Amino acid sequence: MPSYVIPDKCDGCKALDKTACQHICPNDLMVLNKDLMKAYNQAPEMCWECYSCVKICPTQAVEVRGYADFCPLGATVTPMRSTDSIMWTVKFRNGTLKRFKFPIRTTAEGSAVPDGGYPTGTDDLKSPLLYTEPESTRCGELPKVK
Amino acid sequence: MPNFETVEVKTDVLILGGGMAACGAAVEASYWAKKNNLKVTLVDKAAMDRSGAVAMGLSAINQYVDVNTGKNTINDYVDYVRNDLMGITREDLVANIARHVDSSVHLFEKWGLPIWKDADGAYVHEGRWQLMINGESYKVIVAEAAKNAIGIDNIYERVFITDPLIKDGKCVGAVGFSVRENKFYVFKAKSVLCTMGGAVHVFKPRSSGEGLGRSWYPPFNSGASAYFTIRGGAEMTCQEVRFIPVRFKDAYGPVGAWFLLFKSRATNCLGENYMETNRPELDNWKPYGMVKPVPANLRNWLMMLDVTAGNGPIFMRTEEAIAKIADASPDEKTKKKKLKELEAEAWEDFLDMTISQAILWAATNTAPEEKPSEIAACEPYFIGSHSGASGAWVSGPEDIAHKDYFWGYPNMTTVEGMFAAGDASGASSHKFSSGSHAEGRIAAKGAISYAVDHAGEPTFDDAELEEMKKRILLPLDVFEENKGATTDPDINPNYIRPKMYMFRLQKIMDEYAGGVSTNFTTNKHLLERGLELLDFLKEDSEKLAAEDLHELMRCWENVHRTWQAEAHIRTILFREETRWPGYYFRADCPSMKADWEVFANCKWDPKTGKWEMIKRDMHRVY
Ligand SMILES: Cc1cc2nc3c(=O)[nH]c(=O)nc-3n(C[C@H](O)[C@H](O)[C@H](O)COP(=O)(O)OP(=O)(O)OC[C@H]3O[C@@H](n4cnc5c(N)ncnc54)[C@H](O)[C@@H]3O)c2cc1C
Ligand code: SF4
Ligand code: SF4
Repeated sequence: MPSYVIPDKCDGCKALDKTACQHICPNDLMVLNKDLMKAYNQAPEMCWECYSCVKICPTQAVEVRGYADFCPLGATVTPMRSTDSIMWTVKFRNGTLKRFKFPIRTTAEGSAVPDGGYPTGTDDLKSPLLYTEPESTRCGELPKVK
Repeated sequence: MPNFETVEVKTDVLILGGGMAACGAAVEASYWAKKNNLKVTLVDKAAMDRSGAVAMGLSAINQYVDVNTGKNTINDYVDYVRNDLMGITREDLVANIARHVDSSVHLFEKWGLPIWKDADGAYVHEGRWQLMINGESYKVIVAEAAKNAIGIDNIYERVFITDPLIKDGKCVGAVGFSVRENKFYVFKAKSVLCTMGGAVHVFKPRSSGEGLGRSWYPPFNSGASAYFTIRGGAEMTCQEVRFIPVRFKDAYGPVGAWFLLFKSRATNCLGENYMETNRPELDNWKPYGMVKPVPANLRNWLMMLDVTAGNGPIFMRTEEAIAKIADASPDEKTKKKKLKELEAEAWEDFLDMTISQAILWAATNTAPEEKPSEIAACEPYFIGSHSGASGAWVSGPEDIAHKDYFWGYPNMTTVEGMFAAGDASGASSHKFSSGSHAEGRIAAKGAISYAVDHAGEPTFDDAELEEMKKRILLPLDVFEENKGATTDPDINPNYIRPKMYMFRLQKIMDEYAGGVSTNFTTNKHLLERGLELLDFLKEDSEKLAAEDLHELMRCWENVHRTWQAEAHIRTILFREETRWPGYYFRADCPSMKADWEVFANCKWDPKTGKWEMIKRDMHRVY
């Protein structure tokens, strides 16, 4: 049952036109039951446990239970993702708790400028130099095969 | 035919896929498009923020050549890739990616990707070519730059691409359908860049219950690139070079940091290190058995020999590696600090890119500093960007490529106007996430250049489009028309549902083409029998049934996988030797042969429906 939804916590993304988990799942697994207004994983055996749905859910309604055909029960791994870092809580089967916090980005969300501030050294479509090069190679010129 | 609106999108350059290569392509193409007054459109079956192999994030950038500090040269990288692939490499393509990849990495850093730095501000290397990152949001960041460049109005998410549009031997677009609403999409373009990743679930995975989706390679990349290029009539290369990674057993957590950064050993049940005890076997694979690092497939092979001999389980000696690093500390206080650091690094490695492995460690009360963890070979995957090599045969860059390898535009396939990059282009392994991004950029500039040189409006016959639409939506009809024949929608004499179809494909590949259950071993007779069974399966693909849009996508994913499977079987059959023993073993020709140091290519002819097998010479770049 890789990812699963806790009914009390899921509000169906307040009936907006698309739910967050459904929007993000790379394998198109999360769907909304419109009668209940609750989401569910429509094919758990095709789930990669990538946690994209877990990380994006605004109400923390999605969790993951390790694949039961090889994973003993009782452990949880829970993320809390903010704009610049992620906090993980790992609970062992024997109750041991571990917490880890890692940075996730160094710039403000949405701010990525395609050229990264590097100028482009050519207008020539046939030149091997790409957009932002040679500056972005930090080599002065495009490195060569010797 | 179900009632689907046809939506036509006219553009100049069409990017298919939204992964690492596509994101590089979007940034590059947008710049040159603006200068040349062209339109660029991108189509992804999922949401770009988390689509493709980097959905979860990554903990390392696996290709950084580090030319600017003088640490390595382009030639060094070419040597590394050629040796790792047992001599079978398009060096021109590898060199081209290598000279641009550092630029992509520097852009990632500017966009906001945290790359580890040492006290002097230099990047922290995991190994010679790898950089450590805090990569949970790697894909989000790279997609953000791509989206900012191309503009959201030019992006179609949740549109599944099925087939190429080919007119007079040229690629003039692609068709597909929305997985959200009843819409059939027709994209017409002057040039098309295929970057739809590799393929998994062609072979039976080791875990086949709830854990079926826990393949190392993501279940959402299902052979669309191989199908698209093959069906367009493109020549394909290295279709035999599958990849089988060795990973932590069952959850497939990464081992790179353990082997490279923490310098861990792996040992068998007798405490022996197979890399030492089985070293004499490397003599049989000269000259590649002699190089350092030992090629990935040979490392696999030495381990498999131990497993076959009954000396499993194989353990990664995490406890030993951590103790060794910690013991090097001058005093107790630094040792404690070091241990804490190592613990966080070890867990982050999983949490950034294979969270399942963190769950499995927690569920088995595994503290890596206390006890070792099992490792094992996964199942075969098709991923031309990693340590496999399967993909389309593409043109090299004019200034580096031998004349046999250059036909006008970098990364154009042998079909005019059709380009490929990332997992979709072959014989240029070890590009990984960063090199795929760089190759996407190279290919995009080529595709723009092609569109400028061939300014005529793309056209396609409407009647033929209508036929394609009918064929693509057929599984919905098959279900509707036949579902009443039985009381169980899954069991019906008139159709097959995509899941069972997939299991049938996997069983054929597993048992005949050298999957897990035959210890990756096959021979001519098994392969021929496999092809025979595959023919029945292909016939039955016309009876695939879909209840809804999601299942329609599943049907087409499995048709795509079938074509990847066929190209694979035909090419292993063609190459009458064993060259990558840890990837597959031809029991009827168990050694490497000098006259097979060539590319084994294949091509399917859209007019006749026949396959052609082709040998291509190897040319070095220096
Ligand atoms: C488990 C794992 C770990 C890895 N670890 C590392 C690492 O540590 N460092 C590193 O540098 N590299 C690593 N790699 C390699 C890296 O992820 C790949 O090299 C890279 O993602 C390849 O880029 P791509 O664009 O070809 O494919 P992807 O990034 O996978 O993108 C494929 C795209 O195609 C889309 N698509 C697929 N089918 C269709 C269709 N029919 N219609 C429309 N769109 C479609 C997908 O949605 C996706 O957007 C790892 C790969 C895996 C699988
Ligand atoms: S994102 Fe969360 S709240 Fe929204 S539908 Fe999914 S599970 Fe429910
Ligand atoms: S964990 Fe990933 S694959 Fe599984 S349902 Fe969530 S988003 Fe989809």
